[in-house]
Amino acid sequence: MTDPVVPPRHSPLRATHEALGASFTDFGGWLMPVRYTSDLAEHHAVRTAAGIFDISHMAEFLVEGHEAAIFLDYALAGRLSTMPVWKAKYSLLLERSGGILDDLVVYRLGDHSFFVVANAGNHGPVAEALAARVSGFEATVRDVSDEYALIAVQGPIARSVLEATPGIADLGRPLADLPYYAATDAFFEGVPLLVARTGYTGEDGFELYIAASAAARLWDALLAAGSPLGLVPAGLAARDTLRLEAGMPLYGHELSLDIVPAQAGLGRVVASDKNEFVGREGVLADVPADAPVLVGLVADGKRAGRAGYEVYRGDERVGKITSGALSPTLQHPIAMAFVSQAAAADGTALTIDVRGTRIPATVTALPFYRRKK
Amino acid sequence: MTDLNALKYTAEHEWIALDGDLATVGITDFAADKLGDVVFVELPAAGSDVSAGQVVGEIESTKSVGELYAPLTGDVVEANDAVVDDPSLVNSDPYGDGWLVKIRVDAAAADDLLDRDAYVALTGGAE
Repeated sequence: MTDPVVPPRHSPLRATHEALGASFTDFGGWLMPVRYTSDLAEHHAVRTAAGIFDISHMAEFLVEGHEAAIFLDYALAGRLSTMPVWKAKYSLLLERSGGILDDLVVYRLGDHSFFVVANAGNHGPVAEALAARVSGFEATVRDVSDEYALIAVQGPIARSVLEATPGIADLGRPLADLPYYAATDAFFEGVPLLVARTGYTGEDGFELYIAASAAARLWDALLAAGSPLGLVPAGLAARDTLRLEAGMPLYGHELSLDIVPAQAGLGRVVASDKNEFVGREGVLADVPADAPVLVGLVADGKRAGRAGYEVYRGDERVGKITSGALSPTLQHPIAMAFVSQAAAADGTALTIDVRGTRIPATVTALPFYRRKK
Repeated sequence: MTDLNALKYTAEHEWIALDGDLATVGITDFAADKLGDVVFVELPAAGSDVSAGQVVGEIESTKSVGELYAPLTGDVVEANDAVVDDPSLVNSDPYGDGWLVKIRVDAAAADDLLDRDAYVALTGGAE
């Protein structure tokens, strides 16, 4: 049996990327830029200056109504009802068992209005879960994914890039006063713009939500203003090594339906004192003693363990890598892995089976990389 | 500038430059672009015997791992230490300083390899 072939989707910035000479890759059913020139150069640019990413594949939902806040408290793992307006919060969508359906970022746009951003690969399941869970609440969930493009500007000079970009105006709050994980409204050439100080790289940076029809003009304006400062277009290859260094999970690698939040170190994301929410029974149960937990691994040399490679303590197989690479910033191999709880303490000496060769590795606390404030 | 039409190719994206019975082997720019930035190269030692089609080395990028296949049967005469020290040569100069190994081969066996037109057709005529 074969799956029906679904043609890949394209970003509203497709022609812009093609003109920049991007190579493309399939990600969550979308053909997106994997790199423009060199993934290492793009990675280093984000650590030292800034990169501009098209992440328009992400799915967006607008949740509105008098009971929008208590609906999200019921539908998601966190407590969204106490968020101040214009704050952002990382959250999880759980199934009843406590398994993770998706990880999300939620922005509060008003007392009765929230913007929920999900992974492209989980667009369908998230839409279905939110639609099913909203029943009985005085709230509506509108899938606005096709209406919005999403551009991320990430790196230590990200703020300067936005401030130098003509056309970005009427900010509800000056960028200098906008804290991490907060957002504000603005306009770009008269088109409404949501400016969020969020990201997936471990650097300071912004994510900009705008009508798809205005995305190419915004991208061009940012790149024109930012290029002289060191801004470069960056693809999903750099995005993946950046988020790995920052210890950030990627759905389908570190997170899945078979993983409960505590296993992935995300127990803090769950407001387990809430009266009722989907997944409560699952997350209140203790994590079984034989359930693996997420750890960081570091190794010497240049040969990196990669997703799927097995991890051993002595001769005993204790787990499996979910993401791994030679860290461009740290210049040694790093990986995230699920290992048995007995092998998960910081400093535990393990080995990685790298295609038949055992590479010594040490369990370490995440993240691997933390920016200097 | 390397004359790409004078080289032979394999379906595994190696190029082979023949000088008598000495074959210099590297990977094509198509393969290097697909891999992304190469960060680690492992090559067979000089003096080792290799058989056509055998996996004899690894080429790792930040994103993935590629295997190096011996395009022909023979003895490895030299491995490129410069590319082991600086794997980015595979991206920056795949047909020049980014060469990987030199193998002493039976030159007649090279007739079975692909010519430029066949290789370009194999990669979708992207060049």
